[in-house]
Amino acid sequence: MERVLLDDKAIERSISRIAHEILEKNQGSKNLGLIGIRTRGIFLAKRIRDKIGEIEGRVLPFGILDITMYRDDIARMKATLKVKKTDIPFDVNNMTIVLVDDVLYTGRTTRAAIDAIMDLGRPKRIQLAVLVDRGSRELPIQPDYTGTRYSAVTEEEEVSVRLQEMDGQDAVLLSKTL
Amino acid sequence: MNWARKDLLGTRELSREEILLLLDTADSFRDVSRRDIKKVPTLRGKTVITLFYEPSTRTRVSFEIAAKRLSADTINISTSSSSVAKGETLKDTGRNLESMRPDVIVIRHSMPGAPHMLANILDSSIINAGDGSHEHPTQALLDLFTMREKKETLDGLKVAIVGDIVHSRVARSNIFALKKFDTEVTCCAPPTMLPPRLEELGVKVAHRLEEAVAGKDVIMMLRIQKERGGTSSIPSIREYSSLYCLQEAHLKEARKNVIIMHPGPLNRGTEISDEVADGPYSVILNQVENGVAVRMAVLYLLSGGEG
Repeated sequence: MERVLLDDKAIERSISRIAHEILEKNQGSKNLGLIGIRTRGIFLAKRIRDKIGEIEGRVLPFGILDITMYRDDIARMKATLKVKKTDIPFDVNNMTIVLVDDVLYTGRTTRAAIDAIMDLGRPKRIQLAVLVDRGSRELPIQPDYTGTRYSAVTEEEEVSVRLQEMDGQDAVLLSKTL
Repeated sequence: MNWARKDLLGTRELSREEILLLLDTADSFRDVSRRDIKKVPTLRGKTVITLFYEPSTRTRVSFEIAAKRLSADTINISTSSSSVAKGETLKDTGRNLESMRPDVIVIRHSMPGAPHMLANILDSSIINAGDGSHEHPTQALLDLFTMREKKETLDGLKVAIVGDIVHSRVARSNIFALKKFDTEVTCCAPPTMLPPRLEELGVKVAHRLEEAVAGKDVIMMLRIQKERGGTSSIPSIREYSSLYCLQEAHLKEARKNVIIMHPGPLNRGTEISDEVADGPYSVILNQVENGVAVRMAVLYLLSGGEG
């Protein structure tokens, strides 16, 4: 069973709103940098960057973060996870970094991402933008910018994000495994 | 693909896919060493013991730095200052060390097969850091990493390995690894320094240095393994170096962007001249840098998962 939480139009509107909110909250795009968390966070961050580019007329610094080295469950995994490249080509010191991810769930990925960025320098602040906040946090972490919320999720329910760039369609889906 | 091995004992048993996974993983870990904060928490709480029965600078330091940059705890044991000097067997040393619950034991030993024996009796992951003249897998992996970095792909490369092949674990591990790819490997040495039936490994043989380096993308120079009787294979070092010491003039016959490799330690003037070792084609120090990244990747892959 599958239900559409956000369709392509809704995702586009969410991205647009998040871009405006980022600019509003930070009073412009000065010293802002976007970092997408692998894998779908990269594409969302790029879309936010493009949107902000349309509004502000400048392209924000952009980076890609792989959090595998910072996971807290490496020793418990059945198989070793592939470590991919982190590529943050700008100096994070004194920047306001907006971390971008597709789904916020336990908060453990965000914790790992914050630690990873801190090892690269000392940003002025780190904010979090997600397309879906599906609740069930295990750490005290909250998003600054949210596309949509879907909290009443049971263990059998799965929220998944599909993006044109890698899945061929834009959608946020809720599916039940029975 | 997933990494399923408990130990890294040689390159002979590795598949092309496993080698590529190791090299790709190393590529990500190399960035850690280039940052201001050269440490990630990946192997927090893991313990790595280096157990060296033969002298080493590069390899031991490289493993220790690799483990420390992954936040593992490291303990270094060299035989001169351990109970080995009091007559303890390798088996007993291994079992005693395992009782202290290390996760990985890195071993170098003069006896071929010593790491394999430990791997059979211990639950810890064993990494072979050189067993006699048998294998030195992490050296070969860092060599392949360096070749791929400089040449973009391993397939199609023409590689010359020159020196005391018969006593060289570096040569053996490199041949096994390179032959998993579409490479042409030529071994060059006086006949007394070449193992019999070398052609069965799929490598070419040359006896003259000029002939061996012609048209090559990679030239790997090896030292004479004096501790394994290498000097008894040749009339004199002086005669050897007059024929097999790589000079700048030799490089004219190689491919235009040839890279010169050497696993170290260098015997300058014997197998490699100063002008070549310090020249623009030399990637010897890149090999050393890449060694840390490759060893981080090996430690990560062996420590991760339930295996």
